[in-house]
Amino acid sequence: MAGVRTPREILTNRVAIVAVFVALAIMLTPIYWIASTSFKPRNLATTIPPTVVFEPTVSPFVKLFTKRSQLREQPTQEEYDAAPWWEQMVFDGGEKVVRNRRSGEVTMSGYGDRFTNSLIISIVSTVLAVSMGTLTAYGFSRFKVAGEDDWLFFILSTRMLPPVVVAIPMFLMYRVVGLNDTHLGLIILYTAFNLSFAVWIMKGFIDEIPREYEEAALVDGYTRMQAFFKVVLPEALTGMAATAVFCFITAWNEYAFALIMTNRNAQTAPPYIPSQVGSGLPDWTVIAAGTLLFLIPVAIFTFLLRNHLLRGMSFGAIRK
Amino acid sequence: MASQVMTNLDPKSRAAAKGLSDLTIRNLFIIPTIAFLIIFNIFPLLYSLAYSFTDFRASTNAPANFVGLQNYRDLLSDPFIWKNFSITAKYVLISVTGQVLVGFGLAMLLNRSIPAKGLITTLLLLPMMLSMAVVGLFWKLLYDPNFGIINYFLGLDKFEWLADPDVALYAIAIVDIWMWAPFVMLLSLAGLSAVPKHLYEAAEIDRASGIYTFFRITLPLVAPILMIAIIFRTMEAFKTFDLAYVLSSQPTTELIAIRLYKMAFQEWQTGMSSAFAYIVLIMVVAITNIYVKYLNKVKAR
Repeated sequence: MAGVRTPREILTNRVAIVAVFVALAIMLTPIYWIASTSFKPRNLATTIPPTVVFEPTVSPFVKLFTKRSQLREQPTQEEYDAAPWWEQMVFDGGEKVVRNRRSGEVTMSGYGDRFTNSLIISIVSTVLAVSMGTLTAYGFSRFKVAGEDDWLFFILSTRMLPPVVVAIPMFLMYRVVGLNDTHLGLIILYTAFNLSFAVWIMKGFIDEIPREYEEAALVDGYTRMQAFFKVVLPEALTGMAATAVFCFITAWNEYAFALIMTNRNAQTAPPYIPSQVGSGLPDWTVIAAGTLLFLIPVAIFTFLLRNHLLRGMSFGAIRK
Repeated sequence: MASQVMTNLDPKSRAAAKGLSDLTIRNLFIIPTIAFLIIFNIFPLLYSLAYSFTDFRASTNAPANFVGLQNYRDLLSDPFIWKNFSITAKYVLISVTGQVLVGFGLAMLLNRSIPAKGLITTLLLLPMMLSMAVVGLFWKLLYDPNFGIINYFLGLDKFEWLADPDVALYAIAIVDIWMWAPFVMLLSLAGLSAVPKHLYEAAEIDRASGIYTFFRITLPLVAPILMIAIIFRTMEAFKTFDLAYVLSSQPTTELIAIRLYKMAFQEWQTGMSSAFAYIVLIMVVAITNIYVKYLNKVKAR
């Protein structure tokens, strides 16, 4: 707002700025607390008053990836000295790393596998959803389709279904064909879920590409297919990237389907992390470490996406 | 959008003469997606529609018996189910109201020149991109009555956020507000930035009060976009499962989605839960319909 400003306006502005920073601090505190807890020794995670300044340790991350058991007796000095640094950290916490009796190999916890599962399932389903979605969006954008609005509504409505509602019949059907607790099973579900979103968003992006581009290419002797791949697709790349990031985040964060459809082999991180809290006193530093690693990809992507967030969250209805 | 000139599907067009015809390409591009969604979304729903008229239990090998509308009758006359619906309604009301107040408030604060505004906006939007189940879980530590930082900062001594049946629903709604107020903020900011500046200038010349300007200029112009945010969040809050499921197992926080999950996958009342799913489905489709109408309305402007 340009123009002359009264002292009153300047004051309001200053108050607003202070309020914004206070709000920002409150909004980010939980995220900060996750990050900070994941570098604390266990005894500092649950103190009153809360521990803010401490000497950071990576022991929560060591514990996150390994299986441990309570120390029955203290390790001898020799054992302790012979152990690598990360194993000493676990000793310091009153636990020991579980090793294979014969080979002496460290037994890993389930986290690494769950994280890999999350990566595989999210990436494959994203690639499928974005490729199919882009083609379909082009079809709806450029050609006459009888009952177009109804089809688009149908496509969107499949995304709005509550996961548990869809999961009941899918669980029964997957049981028949043996897709429960498989990567493919979740990939199909996530692709279906993201496909509708990809169609809606990509239609907006493709609508914005002037059709004169393709028409010029057609006049130059391209076939429609060549025009699509050589003219339209390069123009749509930014949109596809933004759509892909959204699809990835949705699949990455998904909980209900993963909880119902997987339990071990294909389980992703979201149902795994809460299952580790269990009863009794959980080790919050390990949960925080697992959460932090899980959040980092999303945080990075959010920054990359920042200019497309509005469009993505409104299914392409609102553009800047 | 609808009035846009569409490419004619002319089989004798220049492009069609060489490559595939436009008609073929259209079908090739659209049909797989529609088929995929029908196979993996609609067919399963027909499957469960059939089960909703039976007493099937997926945990046993007993064959399903046709029971007609019995499941639907039982559900609609079950007072506990109505309890779940009223808990859900309460949850939707608290959480959506909270999100609108906080989100719109933040947007009003941000709608001015502020140092590092882009960065601040992105940081404020971060919570809504995170996993509700995983981050929601961590709030258990924040809410902990003995060493949670919330009690510490608010000076509440051993206040039971999640263990107290009367408070737990509010505690869950607070996490939901934290995560999704940024969404309302994002949409409101778009609405606010679209309000023509000259309207404010005119109001200033007329010496209109701030409150008058807000209710007569700002709010009516932002209303359509705000409405989209409200309908979308209502729909999502109605479906809430993750957050409430990881945070609480109180009967007072048993939302519809949780009741449905328990009925289907813990009690294994497959037939009954299919019928329940259909009742929920009809409600969701109704809200979706309103939502899409609004989306198209805003799009058309």
